Amino acid sequence: MTTLKYNHVVINNNMENGMNLTLKVWRQANAEAQGQMTEYKLGNVSPDMSFLEMMDVLNDGLIRKGEDPVTFDHDCREGICGMCSMFINGEAHGPNRGVTTCQLHMRSFKDGDTIYIEPWRSAGFPVIKDLMVDRSAFDRIQQAGGFVSVNTSGRTLDANAIPVPKADADKAFDAATCIGCGACVATCPNGSAMLFVGAKVSQFALLPQGHPERHDRVENMVKQMDAEGFGNCSNIGACEVKCPKSISIENIARMNREYMAANLKG
Amino acid sequence: MELINKIPDGPLDQKWTKYKNTARLVNPANKRNIDVIVVGTGLAGASAAASLAEMGYKVKALCFQDSPRRAHSIAAQGGINAAKNYMNDGDSTYRLFYDTIKGGDYRSREANVYRLAEVSANIIDQCVAQGVPFARDYGGLLDNRSFGGTQVSRTFYAKGQTGQQLLLGAYSAMSRQIGKGNITLLNRHEMLDVVVIDGKARGIIARNLVTGAIERHSAHAVALCTGGYGNVFFLSTNAMGSNVTAAWRAHKRGALMANPCFTQIHPTCIPVSGDHQSKLTLMSESLRNDGRIWVPKFKEDAEAIRAKKLKPTDLAEDRRDYYLERRYPAFGNLVPRDVASRAAKERCDAGFGVNATGEAVYLDFASSFERYGKQQATVKGLHNATHDEIIAMGKKVVEQKYGNLFQMYEQIVAENPYETPMMIYPAVHYTMGGLWVDYELMTTIKGCYACGEANFSDHGANRLGASALMQGLADGYFVLPYTIGNYLADEISTGKISTDAPEFVAAEDNVRKQIESLFNNNGTVPVDHFHRKLGKIIWDYCGMARSEEGLKFAISEIQKIREDFFKNARIPGVQNGMNPELEKAMRVADFIDLGELMCKDALERNESCGGHFREEYQTEEGEALRVDDVYNYVAAWEFTGNPSAPILNKEPLVYDNIKVQSRSYK
Repeated sequence: MTTLKYNHVVINNNMENGMNLTLKVWRQANAEAQGQMTEYKLGNVSPDMSFLEMMDVLNDGLIRKGEDPVTFDHDCREGICGMCSMFINGEAHGPNRGVTTCQLHMRSFKDGDTIYIEPWRSAGFPVIKDLMVDRSAFDRIQQAGGFVSVNTSGRTLDANAIPVPKADADKAFDAATCIGCGACVATCPNGSAMLFVGAKVSQFALLPQGHPERHDRVENMVKQMDAEGFGNCSNIGACEVKCPKSISIENIARMNREYMAANLKG
Repeated sequence: MELINKIPDGPLDQKWTKYKNTARLVNPANKRNIDVIVVGTGLAGASAAASLAEMGYKVKALCFQDSPRRAHSIAAQGGINAAKNYMNDGDSTYRLFYDTIKGGDYRSREANVYRLAEVSANIIDQCVAQGVPFARDYGGLLDNRSFGGTQVSRTFYAKGQTGQQLLLGAYSAMSRQIGKGNITLLNRHEMLDVVVIDGKARGIIARNLVTGAIERHSAHAVALCTGGYGNVFFLSTNAMGSNVTAAWRAHKRGALMANPCFTQIHPTCIPVSGDHQSKLTLMSESLRNDGRIWVPKFKEDAEAIRAKKLKPTDLAEDRRDYYLERRYPAFGNLVPRDVASRAAKERCDAGFGVNATGEAVYLDFASSFERYGKQQATVKGLHNATHDEIIAMGKKVVEQKYGNLFQMYEQIVAENPYETPMMIYPAVHYTMGGLWVDYELMTTIKGCYACGEANFSDHGANRLGASALMQGLADGYFVLPYTIGNYLADEISTGKISTDAPEFVAAEDNVRKQIESLFNNNGTVPVDHFHRKLGKIIWDYCGMARSEEGLKFAISEIQKIREDFFKNARIPGVQNGMNPELEKAMRVADFIDLGELMCKDALERNESCGGHFREEYQTEEGEALRVDDVYNYVAAWEFTGNPSAPILNKEPLVYDNIKVQSRSYK
C-alpha cells in the first residue's frame, strides 16, 4: 500500500506573468521503491508551451534548487515516436483527443489549475522511475509474430505485381499508424493490450503479403500478450477514445475473428 | 592520412555489380561465430541489424530509446524516392543519380550516389513485401508524388507518415530476428566509446541507462547507425535524444569526420514561439506541391501584420510578393531546401517577416482551394457553384492530402490553416556531413562502419527531399550486408574476442572518469542552459549564412562555453541508475566539440555550396558561388587530442560522368 506524502516545492513563482499552476506529480525512485505524490507550485507558465516544455521548466527549477528532476519518457515531441506517456488528471495523454502528451499545450489549462501527473499504471508496464515505465512487453509481442517472414534481400516481387484494393490499403494504413505508446493499456480498466495487438494483426490481415502466416501470427501474438499479463477486452471502448492515433476498436473485432479462424483451422 | 575510397574501376553503372561479384564471402558456418554490433535502430540500423542477422551473423543492437521503434526515422513525413518510373514521366536510375548530385551542389561521390539510385527500386519491392502500407491509387497500384529539386514524380509515400511506416517495416524484420535469437536487443543503452585493438574496432563501451552500469561488448565489427547531429543547434526538428555522441567518440578514436559544416536548414517549419521552446516541428516539403510561399510586397504592410493591425487574408494580390516564384520561375515553390530557406531568410532580414519576431513567411493554400474546388465542381457537374461552395470543395481535397499536417499545425499554433495562411520559417533538419566512409561504408577505423545519416557520403552539400529514407534503407538492407563480408572474411579464425583486453579496461576507465568529473564539479547550472547557448551561437554564425568574422567569433565563444560547462554544469541524481541529466551532459560535451569543428570547417571552405553559404561568396543575384578549382574535395577532419586543433585531410572529388555546372533552378 502506497502512503501519500506531500512535499511542497515552489518554482519560478512569478505571479505577474503567465499561469500559476499546482502540480501533483508521482515520484518514485526506482521499480522497487514506494512512490508518492509530490506537490509543486509552478508560476509563469505560458499558454504557448507544450506540456513537456512546462515539465522542462519545472525540472530546470528543481535542478537549480539542487533537487532531483522528474524523470519522464519523451523523444520526438511531435506525436509520432510514442515515447511520452503521462496520465494527466486521470486521462492518458491529458484532456484532449487524438494527441499525445507532447502535443498537448498549456492553453488547454487555466491559471490556478491543479494538475495531477502520474505514470501509466498497469501490471504489464512496471515503473522504472517517476513517470517512466517499462513497455518492453509490447516489443516481445511484436517479436512473437508481428512481421511478414520475408528476408531483406530485395529479391522479391516487383512492388506493383500484386495490386491491393485502395480501401484495404487505406484500412491497413490506419491500423499501422499505431505508435505503441500504451495509452490503450493505461486507459483500459482491464489493462488490456488488445487495441495494440489488434492493430498489428489487422494491418497484416488486410494485406495480401500478410496472408500466408495469418493464423500463426494471431495465435503467437495473442499467446505472448496473455503471457505478459495484459487483461482481456470487455468492449468498454475507452482505448479507442484515448488512442492518440484514434485507432478503431474494429481492429479488436478483426483480431478476434482472425483468432477464431485460426483455432477452427486447428 | 591518405584517404583510400576503394571505388571500384570500370564504368559507373557496373561498379556495384563488379564489386558484389568480387567481394569476399563468409560461409554460413563461420558467420555463426562472428559478432557484429549495430548502434542505433533507425532506418539504417534496424535494416542493417535485420539483414546481418538473417545472413547468419550474431548481432547485438543498441538503442537509447525504450524500443527500437522510437528512433527518429519514425518522424519522417513526406516520402521515399525510388527510380521506379511507374509514372512513366522519364525517370531512370541515371536521372535520380543526376538530380542527387546536382541537388548536393556537386559535393558528393559519383560512385556512391549511383549505387544509391541503383538499389532504390529494390527498397520499394522489399518494403511492400514486408507489408508496408504505401499509398495506392484506385487501381490498387502504388501512388507517387513530387518533391523539391526534381521534375519527375518518384516519391512513394504513406500519407504524412512515410518514415513511421518504413521504420515499422524494418523494426518488424528486426523483431523477427530477435524472436529467433539472432539479434540481442539492448534497449535503453547508450554507446560511449569504440574499443580499438591493433587498429581494428573490437567492441564498444555502453551505459545501461536504467541501471547506470558501464558495460563492455566485444564484436568483430561495429556499425554506427546513429543518425545526424542537428541537435548541436539545440533547436532542430530532431528528437530530443538525437545526438552525436557515438559518432564523436569514434571520431576521437580515429574515425575522420567529413564536411561537418554541411547542415540542412529545412524551409518549412513552425516558427519559434518563445524562450521555452524545446524543439521545432517540420511541415512536410510535400506541402510545397500545393502551398505558395509569400511575404508582403511593402514594408508598411509587413509592419501592420506584425502589429496585428492587418490580416494576411486582407492583403490584395498585388501587394504580395511570391518571392520563390519571382526568383525561380522554372522550379517556383519546389526549389531545393537550401535555396528556399535562404530566400526566406533574405526576405525576413530585409524586414518583411510576418510574425511578432519578424521571422516567419506565409505558406498559403488559398489558390489550391480554388483550383481543386473548380476541378471538383467540374467533375460533379456543378456549373453554378458559388465561390464559397468551390472553396469548401477545394478545402476537402486539400484535407485529404495533408489533413494530418494541417491538424498538427493547428495544435501547435492555435490558428486554423484552412482560414489563414500557415506561418513558417526555416529550421535545422538534417546533417549531410558525418563520419567519413569509403565505398564499403567503412570509416577510417578498420571494422567500424557508418550508415545512414551518420555518414557523409551521398548528399553532398544539400540533400533532396525524400532521399534520407532512401539512403538509410539502402545502406542497411543492400550495401552493408555485402561490404561487411569483405572485411569479416579475414576474421573467421579470430574467435570470440575477450573483453578483458587492456584496451577495453582503458576505454571503460575513461568513460567512468568522465562521468565522475561531471558529477564532482559542484556546478549549479542545468545542462540545457549550456546547450541553448551553444545552439544560439551556431545558429547565428554557422547557420543559414556564415562569414569569416562570424565564424572566428563563434569559435572563441564555443571555447568559452566549453570551459564554463565543465566548471558549472550541475548533474543531479545518481550515477548508478536512471539519470537523464547525465545522459544530456555527456551528449552536450560532445556537441560542444563538434560545434567548434563545424565552425572550423565552414571557415576553411572559402566558397558557398548547398547548405553552406558564405556571405563573401555569392553572385550578384545572391546565389551560392562555388569555387570548384579549389574546394572540389571532401574535408575529412582528424582528431588530435585537442578539439581546437584538428587536422584537415582532403579527398578530391572526381566527376567522370557528370559535367559540373552552376546549379540553376531559374
